[in-house]
Amino acid sequence: MLLTLLLAIPLGLFAWFALQIGPVAAGQVLQAALPWIPSLGVTLSFRVDGLGLLFALLISGIGALVLLYASSYLHDHPHLDRFYGYLLSFMAAMLGTVLAGDLITLFVFWELTGICSFLLIGFDYRQEASRRAALQALLVTGAGGLALLAGIILLAKAAGSSDLAVILASGDQIRNHNLYLPILLLLLAGAFTKSAQFPFQFWLPGAMAAPTPVSAYLHSATMVKLGVFLLARFAPALGGTDSWFVWLTAVGGITLLLGAARAVLRTDLKQILAWTTVSALGMLTFLLGIGTPLAVTAALLLLTVHALYKSALFLAAGAVDHGTGTREVNRLGGLAPAMPQVALTAGLAALSMAGLLPFSGFIAKELFYEATLHAPVVPWLLSAVALAGNSLTVAAALLAGYLPFYGTLRDGSLHPHRVDLRLWLPPLVPALIGLLVGLFPGGFGTLLLAPAVAQVAGAQLPVALALWHGFGPVLLLSLATLGSGICLFLLCRRWGLLQRLPGWDTEQLYDLLLERLPGCASSVTLRLQSGNLRYYLMAVTGVAVALMAATLFTSSTGTLQLPMPDGSLHEWLTALVILAGALFATITSSRLAAVAALGVVGYGVALIYIIFGAPDLAMTQFCIETLSIILFVLVLHKLPHFTLLSTTRSRLRDLTVALGIGSVMTMLVWRAVSQPLVPSLSTWFMEQSLPAGHGRNVVNVILVDFRALDTLGEITVLAVAALGVYGMLKPRSGKGGTD
Amino acid sequence: MHSIILATAIRLLLPLMLLFSLFLLLRGHNEPGGGFVGGLVVAAAFALYTLAHGAHEGRRMLRIDPLRLVAIGLLIALCSGLLPLLAGLPFLTGLWSSLPAPVIGHAGTPLLFDLGVYLLVAGMALLIIFTLMEES
Repeated sequence: MLLTLLLAIPLGLFAWFALQIGPVAAGQVLQAALPWIPSLGVTLSFRVDGLGLLFALLISGIGALVLLYASSYLHDHPHLDRFYGYLLSFMAAMLGTVLAGDLITLFVFWELTGICSFLLIGFDYRQEASRRAALQALLVTGAGGLALLAGIILLAKAAGSSDLAVILASGDQIRNHNLYLPILLLLLAGAFTKSAQFPFQFWLPGAMAAPTPVSAYLHSATMVKLGVFLLARFAPALGGTDSWFVWLTAVGGITLLLGAARAVLRTDLKQILAWTTVSALGMLTFLLGIGTPLAVTAALLLLTVHALYKSALFLAAGAVDHGTGTREVNRLGGLAPAMPQVALTAGLAALSMAGLLPFSGFIAKELFYEATLHAPVVPWLLSAVALAGNSLTVAAALLAGYLPFYGTLRDGSLHPHRVDLRLWLPPLVPALIGLLVGLFPGGFGTLLLAPAVAQVAGAQLPVALALWHGFGPVLLLSLATLGSGICLFLLCRRWGLLQRLPGWDTEQLYDLLLERLPGCASSVTLRLQSGNLRYYLMAVTGVAVALMAATLFTSSTGTLQLPMPDGSLHEWLTALVILAGALFATITSSRLAAVAALGVVGYGVALIYIIFGAPDLAMTQFCIETLSIILFVLVLHKLPHFTLLSTTRSRLRDLTVALGIGSVMTMLVWRAVSQPLVPSLSTWFMEQSLPAGHGRNVVNVILVDFRALDTLGEITVLAVAALGVYGMLKPRSGKGGTD
Repeated sequence: MHSIILATAIRLLLPLMLLFSLFLLLRGHNEPGGGFVGGLVVAAAFALYTLAHGAHEGRRMLRIDPLRLVAIGLLIALCSGLLPLLAGLPFLTGLWSSLPAPVIGHAGTPLLFDLGVYLLVAGMALLIIFTLMEES
């Protein structure tokens, strides 16, 4: 019942998206927008265009299958309900990302996919490997997400708007902007981390710690393709330059070779599939880097084809795991009689992956070679890279789709049993669709692929897919791929020992970083937070003095005028008392005397307040002085006798700091009195105090009414400070006195 | 340090100083005074009492934990700001009763705010004083 209800969500979405195929293929773009932060020009906006629709159909369609599959795969898991929640949240985040019509919307949903991925990878949170893999994926993609944020802010700045339609239309303006390279590199950092491109490829195989439905959904069919989506999305705005070509083809090429080479050296089914996913993502980046309309068509076709066969293979691998209890290809074999439907699924998917004739994978591979052969620069190098990657993919397809199901069972202790309908039906569907697309490519090409290609290439292009491309160099390359792929497969089986090559991976860099970071942070913290009060004071006052002095010297407008000293006798006397008190406090060797002298200074200042007509300030100052002296006395009588411990040098340093503060403050006051005061503010307060604040005491009205928010902030600080003092003193006070 | 003069004098002075602090608080809106200085006077009164009789007696006389006084003060100040929200006005807008009252003129939320300041300042100072006194 619950499952039916839950399934209705992705199925309903899928049906709705399917209904939009017609209008979108006719060139329509559906849009919806809600004002979000109007003052910043940020809207929550969505658009359904060709590219977004292709992704949305994959996300909702495969999502429905995975949900059905998980209901059987995890049926005895205590947190199955939680899993459904995570999976549907993830689906929502994915749809939001691919349908976003605004940069901020896109970014928010992009980050949500990362968080959902974290929760799903760490679903078996009791296992350390799961937690580690979840954190790794989060940190890598999260770091990329920060780069992406910086990138889209710059992009919005360069384009003058965060609206996607505006950005896609102002490609030339962005490409000629002097921020183009930073924008490109930041966006690439976001895309490459999400799509597990070199050197960030390690997190994807690590994420295989997740339950298999998650691997099939997030880490092969949808989420990891978001990086590729991002590249495709912004290709009209950022693509077509030399740096775009170099970065994407280089990184994509390395990734596709590295991923494919590692795939054939693995024995765990999921690891094989994960590394071929890395390789396929590399191919997509590589193709988008070439950037010709042909390459874009090949990329989007390969993306769809890959999503279909790879999700089928992953789900089939999960069914094998479920039916036998292992995923080690060295132990499996001859499973076809025991689980015929799974074997059929895996066979169909693997043939599509290997690129055999009636399957959609064949068309994708043909287009791939056509794109590399017709590339504007170094076509032979690009074709060679493609050939190597595809051959290895063929070998991996045989490893994952042939080896476990045919021949003889290598480990006699396994007892393969039939699997539930809900475990074999969901993978069979995409595998069959992969075949159907291969048999009838025309409709798929015009209805789904052409609008998406038009979005990426920036112009309407005819996309005529056909199964048979005729004889030519492309077919020769396809045949060479198959031949070398089968040879590689046989070699891999022969040299079973190759499995444990000493693999140095960029993952070790990640580990090193994670290991060193806490130590580095604590050493910085220890330096900044020495725990020594005098250094804190010196830092605070030093910075304040430096900033004020810099401002004073750079903004020297107007002349300094020495105000005429026209004070009467008692004013002079008060000033003299303050000076004498301050001087005495510095030279006395008795602490009590120093405190008393400071009190004299404080009372003197209070007298000045009275003389100049500020009774409120004076009253407060008197109270504060009295209380401070009481506090000082309470503390002082516990201290040992006064001894001079500081060196002459440190006292000179203290003298410098003190003189610095004194002189800067003097300069500040002097500067202030040299300029005519602007009376408007004080006059306003005077006039408004009684009518608006219902009080004649302007100081108090300001404190509790006009500026009450400031006061609220200040008393909060006071309360926090009191808690701090309490916390510092309390543990040391008597052992019994805990209340 | 035990001083008979202080101990005797503070017995008379304590209620007087507390009264004076209330006086300062209430008249603050129109004449010199206010919650801050009122709170300091409370603190000074109890500090003197504590000097004469010890921290334990001081706490007993105050009856309420100064830490709690800080919390209550902050809460009152915050509530005085929240009240106008009920009337649909911005946070911390002053609400005034139209009836005139002796000493304070009009009653209003700023007075409540000042009461919060008064309690918080007294609590904070006494918290530090008591803690320091108990350490000895």
